[in-house]
Amino acid sequence: MAIAKTLGFIPRPTAQTGFVSWLTTVDHKRIGILYGMTAFIFFLMGGFEAFMIRLQLMKPGLSVVTADTFNALFTMHATTMIFLAIMPMLAAFMNFLLPLHIGARDVAFPRLNAFSYWSYLGGGLFINTSWVMQLIEPAGRAIPDSGWFGYANLTSVNFSGGMGPDFWTIGLLLLGIGTLVSGFNFIVTILNMRAPGMTLMKMPIFSWTTLVTSVLVIFSFPAITVALLMLMFDRTFEANFFNVAAGGSVVFWQHLFWTFGHPEVYILILPAMGIVSEILPTFSRKPLFGYSVMVFSTALIGFMGFTVWSHHMFAVGMGPVVNTIFGLTTMAIAIPTGVKIFNWLSTMWGGRVKITTAMLFALGFIMCFTIGGLSGFMHALPPSDAQQTDTYFIVAHIHYVLIGGSIFAIFGGIYYWFPKIFGRLMDEKLGKWNFWMMFAGFNLFAFPFHFLGLMGMPRRIYTYAPGYGFEFWNLVSTIGVWVLTLGILLFIMNFVQTMRKPIGTARDPWDARTLEWTTASPPPVHNYDVIPQVAVRDEFWYQKYPDPEHGVVANTKKAAGYGAHPEHGIHMPGQSFMPALVAAGITVLGYGLLFTSIVPAAIGVVGILAGVFGWAFEGDGGTVLEAAGGDD
Amino acid sequence: MSHETVHEHVEMTNTGIDNRKLGFWLFLSSETVFFACLLVGYLVYHGQNGQGPSPKDVFELPLTSLSTFVLLMSSLAMVLGVFSAQQGQAKAARGWVLATALMGLTFLGFQAYEFTTFYHEGLTLSSSLFGTTFFVLTGFHGAHVAVGVLWLLSLLFHGRKGGLGQDKAGDVEVAGLYWHFVDIVWIVLFTVIYLLEAAI
Repeated sequence: MAIAKTLGFIPRPTAQTGFVSWLTTVDHKRIGILYGMTAFIFFLMGGFEAFMIRLQLMKPGLSVVTADTFNALFTMHATTMIFLAIMPMLAAFMNFLLPLHIGARDVAFPRLNAFSYWSYLGGGLFINTSWVMQLIEPAGRAIPDSGWFGYANLTSVNFSGGMGPDFWTIGLLLLGIGTLVSGFNFIVTILNMRAPGMTLMKMPIFSWTTLVTSVLVIFSFPAITVALLMLMFDRTFEANFFNVAAGGSVVFWQHLFWTFGHPEVYILILPAMGIVSEILPTFSRKPLFGYSVMVFSTALIGFMGFTVWSHHMFAVGMGPVVNTIFGLTTMAIAIPTGVKIFNWLSTMWGGRVKITTAMLFALGFIMCFTIGGLSGFMHALPPSDAQQTDTYFIVAHIHYVLIGGSIFAIFGGIYYWFPKIFGRLMDEKLGKWNFWMMFAGFNLFAFPFHFLGLMGMPRRIYTYAPGYGFEFWNLVSTIGVWVLTLGILLFIMNFVQTMRKPIGTARDPWDARTLEWTTASPPPVHNYDVIPQVAVRDEFWYQKYPDPEHGVVANTKKAAGYGAHPEHGIHMPGQSFMPALVAAGITVLGYGLLFTSIVPAAIGVVGILAGVFGWAFEGDGGTVLEAAGGDD
Repeated sequence: MSHETVHEHVEMTNTGIDNRKLGFWLFLSSETVFFACLLVGYLVYHGQNGQGPSPKDVFELPLTSLSTFVLLMSSLAMVLGVFSAQQGQAKAARGWVLATALMGLTFLGFQAYEFTTFYHEGLTLSSSLFGTTFFVLTGFHGAHVAVGVLWLLSLLFHGRKGGLGQDKAGDVEVAGLYWHFVDIVWIVLFTVIYLLEAAI
């Protein structure tokens, strides 16, 4: 690979290594790695918050932390895990895999992709600077502590006079910008940039879940953007949106929030389902069972995700008609979801199942997600929900779908794609220990929540009195968190050990099915020397194992073409400082709004304008990779 | 937005639609939900005028109709701008884009006048829910118009030498999409906020 020349009239940065190369990168693979690394650090922070919560609740009447700190801990735990850990870890997979999966060289808008990452980083740091503010000024109540859903009017100036809700509101607004931009970017990439022959129904299923997730993002994030802006106007400029004294409605907040909030939970689970749907066929050596049905189920779950938001509000008093309608629409979602679970089981049925760490995590996903789905189905029924609302039963549900679901899929995905991303195979023995510790720890930690919830233990209480029968299961749950933590430490150990090995994995260590395994590990910057030609779903598999019975024959010429060198130079998009500059400007503007101070606001606006105009006028740039070199 | 997409991907895309244009349509569909949520806020709180003035007390339909007319005419100028650019009439395109920006500025001037007048009549962001929802909803629309004007002026800078010819027609067209969207939003807002108020 040789860099031939730099095009464009304002030269763009061309650093290939070092800090500047990462700051200015537009390579979807590097951006994916940045997303993954950053999100994992936030994941550890959110995990530490959970650890402290469980320590406080280990026994009745403890005072490891104060009640105020406890409120801050559970608010930041949920906010961090949802917006700063799970979503961006899934975005890491989307970034890295999507262009590879559809046989493209990059996403549709490489610079916007970089911008999404930098604004995510800005928003994440912004929210977490509240901890620093709290240290500087302990009386300032800077840490968000009104819950991750920020219910009005708990967030009003009257009841939360500190800066906590401001950090939360503006931080989430910042995060929303990057997420929305990713949504547009991924949809255009999937609709427009597929390799020749790669029709939509031949795409890997993970690309489908990315597509549906992105559609959910672009239609649900505006709702929370509006809700957050209204809250910001209330708090900063004395508007009345949720001011009950002026006639404002606190239920209106809930409607706006959950119009976003329910699609959001599918944003967290659909890509995880996509990851599992890639792992299972590879290690069962069978195609995904009922591919088309899986696609339609994904789309249906996405669509129905917009019709169920009020099931979060059954206890509000919307009346029996509304409750019934939302109960029915919610139960209907169990159909496409159940279809998926049976399809995963059928994928394994009769296959030659190979139990690797990735496969273990996928199996763990199916089991735990099913448990989470069943408890979800229970509180889809308004009378049943009336018993369960605001108890630990709900906490059990969300942890089964988010840890047993999303997190297990994410870890499975890491083990599965690690050789492709970093060119090294993670240790399988340590990996299996990692899985079993996480699996045992998680179930030990979250399953008791079902019992505690049914016994009536409320959520969000910082301690409880002895004698209600809560002692035993709380202790078990805290011990579970310790085991889970050990599991995650084993993962970190495995990661560090693996990264110290030299790069040198085969292209296709798992004997897999999708296109990314046809290119080098890690892939070259341009992904494919020759853009693949696709005739069938799981093209790569049938090149390796022709199946004339189903009309699939090997095209040896094409198979040989995968490793060939291009005849012409490949034009790669130029690197740019502008995405990071615009994101930094927006973050600084956020601080200006936070402190209602004109100086940082002005600096932020200048940064944004400089970045946007630089972006528009910096010219084409880019490098041309000449055919001469060899990457493998 | 990147310029390279226009030249490189237009024949290569699976849908045949330019990446940037498709992305922009998606952005606009998302913006629709944004304005819909704000409008829902205005409607659920309709009639909550508190101690402050009611819509009927402050609205001056003839004046707002005039500013609406100016904004709608700006869309016509925008269409002619895009058409001229596509036809390669670079100078004419520049003229139409300038006219669009000026009409946008005129609309913003009307809005500034309206906001000031309402403020003096006692309607503020804090005076009542009507004040809150009205100023935030129409204010966000005004902010969108302002961004549009800035964009159009940037286009004029882009075409300062040789005007906006066929090579820049894609840039003009995407700006036009945004401009028309902002106009359409105003048609809805004007109808719901002002006309229906007069009708009931």
